[in-house]
Amino acid sequence: MNNQAAERVTIEQGIRRRSGRVRDASINLAHGSGGKAMRDLIEDVFLGAFDNPLLAAMEDQAVIAIADLARHGDRLAFTTDTYVVDPLFFPGGDIGTLAVAGTVNDLAMSGARPLFLSCAVVLEEGLSVDVLRQVAESMKRTAAQAGVSIVTGDTKVVERGAADKLFINTAGIGVVPRGVTISSGNARPGDAVLVNGHLGDHGTAILIARQLLALEADVASDCQPLGGLVAAMLAAGPNIHCMRDATRGGIATVLNEFAQCSNVAIRIHESRLPLREEVKGACEILGLDPLYLANEGKLVAIVPGNEAGRMLAAMRAHPAGEHASIIGEVTDEPRGVVVLHTGFGGQRIVDMLVGEQLPRIC
Amino acid sequence: MKYVDEFRDPEKARTLTKEIQGLVARIERAKQRPLQIMEVCGGHTHSIFRYGIQQMLPDAVEFVHGPGCPVCVLPMGRVDDCVALAERPEVIFTTFGDAMRVPGSKKSLLKAKADGADVRMVYSPLDALAIARKNPHREVIFFGLGFETTIPSTAMTILQAKAERIGNFSLFCNHITIIPTIKAILDSPDLHLDGFLGPGHVSMVIGTRPYDFIARHYRKPITIAGFEPLDVLHAMWMVLKQIAEGRSEVENQYGRIVSDNGNARALAAIAEVFELREFFEWRGLGSIDHSGLRIRDAYAAFDAERRFPVANLKIADPKACQCGEVLKGVIKPHECKVFGAACTPEMPLGSLMVSSEGACAAYYNYGRIDTTGLRQRKSDKALA
Repeated sequence: MNNQAAERVTIEQGIRRRSGRVRDASINLAHGSGGKAMRDLIEDVFLGAFDNPLLAAMEDQAVIAIADLARHGDRLAFTTDTYVVDPLFFPGGDIGTLAVAGTVNDLAMSGARPLFLSCAVVLEEGLSVDVLRQVAESMKRTAAQAGVSIVTGDTKVVERGAADKLFINTAGIGVVPRGVTISSGNARPGDAVLVNGHLGDHGTAILIARQLLALEADVASDCQPLGGLVAAMLAAGPNIHCMRDATRGGIATVLNEFAQCSNVAIRIHESRLPLREEVKGACEILGLDPLYLANEGKLVAIVPGNEAGRMLAAMRAHPAGEHASIIGEVTDEPRGVVVLHTGFGGQRIVDMLVGEQLPRIC
Repeated sequence: MKYVDEFRDPEKARTLTKEIQGLVARIERAKQRPLQIMEVCGGHTHSIFRYGIQQMLPDAVEFVHGPGCPVCVLPMGRVDDCVALAERPEVIFTTFGDAMRVPGSKKSLLKAKADGADVRMVYSPLDALAIARKNPHREVIFFGLGFETTIPSTAMTILQAKAERIGNFSLFCNHITIIPTIKAILDSPDLHLDGFLGPGHVSMVIGTRPYDFIARHYRKPITIAGFEPLDVLHAMWMVLKQIAEGRSEVENQYGRIVSDNGNARALAAIAEVFELREFFEWRGLGSIDHSGLRIRDAYAAFDAERRFPVANLKIADPKACQCGEVLKGVIKPHECKVFGAACTPEMPLGSLMVSSEGACAAYYNYGRIDTTGLRQRKSDKALA
């Protein structure tokens, strides 16, 4: 081989080895083919954003040392969730923030410290690559905020119409500190019920962002990771009995699960529910009940009554719990039922939601 | 919230409740059996349950939940017609949200949508018209449903469609009118009503005069009421005051919205587009003369019943279903044989279990606190 030819081979090898860049403006089926286009997409969009050594190894799996996990506690928490929100972007967040915060929160509700996430995406042919970049950027930001690493992933592309733009699944693992046992079945009469802030912001923001209604209101989604708040709460009192994030179905659904699993009554007081004026207004107009509206950064916690004041103070001292409130208490009767004491002086049952909330005619 | 919280003031509610107790003590009849006051309108039913108003009243007063929930009185045959229209491939079927779950004899619109029909939820008939403009090659049908509250907006939409010459929009008209229905209930032999809370938003359109016959002919007091919880309590106080003083008049608690003569422009639009049907089938109540509306000949081009084949079959309500007796106040929702068993909001057998304005759904969702035996229902005590 003459010198000229050798030089050409070296250049070609360099080009082949060069790290991937996506040149297309939108996703096509090649990006899911397993070939070069897919590798470019992963390297360009995801590796850059999620930058960490476990992911950069580009193996089929992330290998995590057990000793690294055991430092945080004695039990592993493992969860998964799939995100299919429409629209992808909304005031206060996007599908990326949701995909990280949602799974982090599911882990944190056991008291676990969230550590590692996976990220699997299903892309609809035609999706703008810039949209995907923005979403990856949000995931990066939220993961940093939550102190977790995204260490493994998967990419699939489906034909136009077979999925709606972008679906994301994230699974996560975390470690539960020794001695912490939080369960829906642990509520006892005398316990207090707390929430960490304004209810229904996410549900309202999404309704407005869908622009089906000629409604304008300045409401942003509350989408946020809650691991930090939970750590602060555990530091204030490790005896948290029940804890769950109130996502779809709102706090009504969570409280019903607690009441049924623990076989107790939960009584909440309308006047103590933290609600933004804008959310109240939207609910009035649309005939919706804020108790059933989705949240993406709100938790409901049940703690012993004599620890409620300390817990409330700890929550309010944390940015994610600034508007925390003690909204009610646990009693014996009526067992398995959630009762709302209305601001008007009456009381009524708050049941599980049947189907979707459908707006009333008039 | 401004202009809302003022109508939910617990202090004022306590004062009114005390006044009501005083009035009831003066009414002899209330010592033999509870006074039965019918709230005609589903919006009131919703408020009563949502705010827990029944429990704030003395044992000797009870609400009877009337027929004013348009979703609840829709007969099964009409739902089947909706589904058949929605399943035509060229059709985009538009409807208010809470009509989607009403069971037909085979399926609901929600199920039809899941099976592939193009069913879309709208908040106003004008939204449906906008869909028609955007989809000129599809047939857009709006499912017109409701009493005088919703009829004017449907009428205005038809007028608008005609003015714009929109050729692919039509209305499947199931609008109903409240007065003949109240009359049918008053003529029913098994009824013991003592008075009425009159509908608020219907009255905003039709005014207070059409109710005169209730006071004059049937000698029943009626008070037009607003929908905030204080409105309901205040109107209840006004009706009881009439009973205590031996009067039967049409009174208006909702004066901030309702005038004696109603809304002339809305009434004119209704009269322009619609005429009375000879009779219309109601779920649970059977056929009621002159209770339904249809589109006049001049607007036939916008009538889905004339543009598409509509079977209009009469389908009997399920045998076990006692929606009719509940609607007339003859039994309470939880006294129905299938309440909470074969008929639940998840799997509604009767339509009263469907909408949150339906008496059975309201009892099921909000009211079981009184029926689970924890606190014996007041009426049960009174009947025992």
